[in-house]
Amino acid sequence: MENITKSFSRVPVLDDVSFEVCPGEVHALIGENGAGKSTLMKIVSGAYRADRGAVFWKGQPVEIKTPHQAHDLGINIVHQELMLVPQLSIGENVFLGRHPVGRGASRWVRWNDINEQASSLLKGLGHPLDPKRPVGELSIAEQQLVEIARALAFSAQLIIMDEPTSPLSEHETRRLFQTILQLKERGVSVVYISHRLKEIHEVADRVTVLRDGRHIVTRPIQEATTDNLVRYMIGREIREQFSEKESRENGEEALRVEGLTASGKFSDISFRVRQGEIVGLAGLVGAGRTELVETLFGTGEAESGKVYLDGQLVKIQTPMDAVRHRLALVADDRKAKGLVLGKSIRFNVALAAPRKSARYKIFLNCSREKEVAEQLARELRLKTPSIEERVMYLSGGGQQKVVLAKWLSADSKVFILDEPTRGIDVSSKAEIYDLIRQLAESGVAILFVSSELEEILHLADRILVMHRGRITGELPREGANEELIMQLAIGGTVH
Amino acid sequence: MRRFAPLMGLLVMAAILSVLSPHFLTFDNLINVFRQSSVNALLALGQLLVIITAGIDLSVGSILGLSCVLEAIMLKAGVPWPVCIATGIAIGAAVGMINGLLLTKLRLPHPFISTLGMMNVARGLAFVISGGFPISELPSGFRFWGAGTIAYIPVPVILVVAVYALFHVFLTRTTLGRDVYAIGGNKQAAIFSGIPVDRRLTMVYALSGGLAAVGAIVLGGRLNSGFPLAGDGAELDSIAAVIIGGASFFGGEGTVWGTLNGALIIGVLRNGLTLLNVSPNWQKVVIGVVIVAAVWIDVLRQKATRKRGLVKK
Repeated sequence: MENITKSFSRVPVLDDVSFEVCPGEVHALIGENGAGKSTLMKIVSGAYRADRGAVFWKGQPVEIKTPHQAHDLGINIVHQELMLVPQLSIGENVFLGRHPVGRGASRWVRWNDINEQASSLLKGLGHPLDPKRPVGELSIAEQQLVEIARALAFSAQLIIMDEPTSPLSEHETRRLFQTILQLKERGVSVVYISHRLKEIHEVADRVTVLRDGRHIVTRPIQEATTDNLVRYMIGREIREQFSEKESRENGEEALRVEGLTASGKFSDISFRVRQGEIVGLAGLVGAGRTELVETLFGTGEAESGKVYLDGQLVKIQTPMDAVRHRLALVADDRKAKGLVLGKSIRFNVALAAPRKSARYKIFLNCSREKEVAEQLARELRLKTPSIEERVMYLSGGGQQKVVLAKWLSADSKVFILDEPTRGIDVSSKAEIYDLIRQLAESGVAILFVSSELEEILHLADRILVMHRGRITGELPREGANEELIMQLAIGGTVH
Repeated sequence: MRRFAPLMGLLVMAAILSVLSPHFLTFDNLINVFRQSSVNALLALGQLLVIITAGIDLSVGSILGLSCVLEAIMLKAGVPWPVCIATGIAIGAAVGMINGLLLTKLRLPHPFISTLGMMNVARGLAFVISGGFPISELPSGFRFWGAGTIAYIPVPVILVVAVYALFHVFLTRTTLGRDVYAIGGNKQAAIFSGIPVDRRLTMVYALSGGLAAVGAIVLGGRLNSGFPLAGDGAELDSIAAVIIGGASFFGGEGTVWGTLNGALIIGVLRNGLTLLNVSPNWQKVVIGVVIVAAVWIDVLRQKATRKRGLVKK
């Protein structure tokens, strides 16, 4: 791609960007949200067209007008949100839209071919799956494989992966990397978009950084240190992302859980969180952490066990009960569970606590609502022209700040954060960490669920580790490290 | 901009009609249009609430019929009209509430199903109770609500203005209204924010049923009769008014103001086409085209805003 320029309504989003991928190369493409990564890839894959500039494929200039044309050339995207039909089988999804059919007048779908070919493609990727299973039954990692198999079935020579590892556990990430290596051996090129700099060093050959729609640098991976890349991405020095936290006295017990059990999800969970304390909850994806915190918040049912807030036994059967007891849940999927995307920041901030600022509990107090939203937007350093802006137009980090503001305006005393930095760019992440720390300092009790060991190690005062629905260990801040946590997370013991 | 699109549509249409027909732009005719639109406006208001929650209520026309017949029977039995009206509204709200409970307690997958069932049940009951015959010659106290005037203004028009003002306040100024928008915008997020979603949904369907019953009073009063076919097909007109009025079928969007415009657009069209001697059959064709065109214009406009949104991202 040479000198690509693209604007939306005359606002440039890509400015004279050139980018190349060699056959069999894994090329990482990084940059903050809004840097233009997705737009660039959408131009290659035919979703958008460039205003200026040219795309060359195997040395020939090509014009890619539709995704279909891109497929014909051998260019495929594995999207962040997987594009599969959950009700259909693996085989059907692999061949979606181009089922092999008989020759001539016989237009019947040839099921045997579909299943055989899908099966051999998956085997080739090192993951034999039954092609007749419906995709809806598969884990996200397996679904990704189906998408990759689909790309290969289109005889793809370039596969673009947009944040492929953000929903994956460490273990699944390893397996994906093996798959990527296999693709490389076959001569397939991969463009790997990610926020996780560590992964890029493991998997990529070269790395390109975009910032504000401009090409900043392309380097062989050996010559790019993480520090350098971060600097290129944000265009300035950031202070140490994880500042050491001075230890402080923790307050009274805020949340205590005793023997909480929901069969098939988790069992015999006991722990406590004090005011001002950040307790990390680590584990692999599927260990039951999200199920546990959602049950605490009243969206799931527990069979037995007790929950105490401020020393009082409470029964939380619905999220309404939870909000009344001033419990907050920043859910794992902010778009689905946290926000009304089509509504304004003000609307969303008031979502959990409209009654608080209401007159006679029923009439909205709009000016008060505005005040609260404006003040929180300022305090959380939300980048927005106005609090009337719809939250769908905010970046991932901005949206997460709105979720936090929603719970702050509800005066929550216990915050449960489930993967709060998932899919958020580096500088917003640092801001979210700061906010979590400030929250703790103000006396709020925090249960912090994360699959990123680094951030748990840096933020948490204590770390609980879950494995298959049980807490397999508790580590104090001092002496905890990634190896110890991983050992507990995969079910081992610590000596 | 979006807020005023239905009004602009209404004004453009009125301008065209006033050129085409000298009778259109007269006080009497305009008041007449408003009066003729009043039943649909009442039904559409309930429909709006339901559609904001991303639902649909197919039973409003039948609830109108059932409530209308019940009131007529009670009136004929000598029950004072205020009691009849109150009972009629209560029955309508109760039937609507059952719609809501079918959705929230029995967890039927979509309100299309529960209200489709109720549409048949309520219509059937209206026939059973009345024996299939219209019940005419109702007392004047009741007729006043459909046919009376106060200072040249028909009572139904005053009623519509009052009810619309009330629901405007309800939707924009109360926590309940706020919850309704939140549920339609993202039900999951509403649940996770501690909003009592099931209770609010039940309330919305009960209000829709209650408003349909208010429509029954107006229609029964105007026609001086309670008949089992009253409001037949009215659910579709009410949905059309809401959609023309700019509400989103996917929930979370829609205003009382837009819906009033939507109901008036349908009324103006019917009236204008009748003045121009267009047959009722062709009127249907035109209204169908207007529904599709209104939504298509909205789609174009949203595309334009989305482009703007991409830039901001």
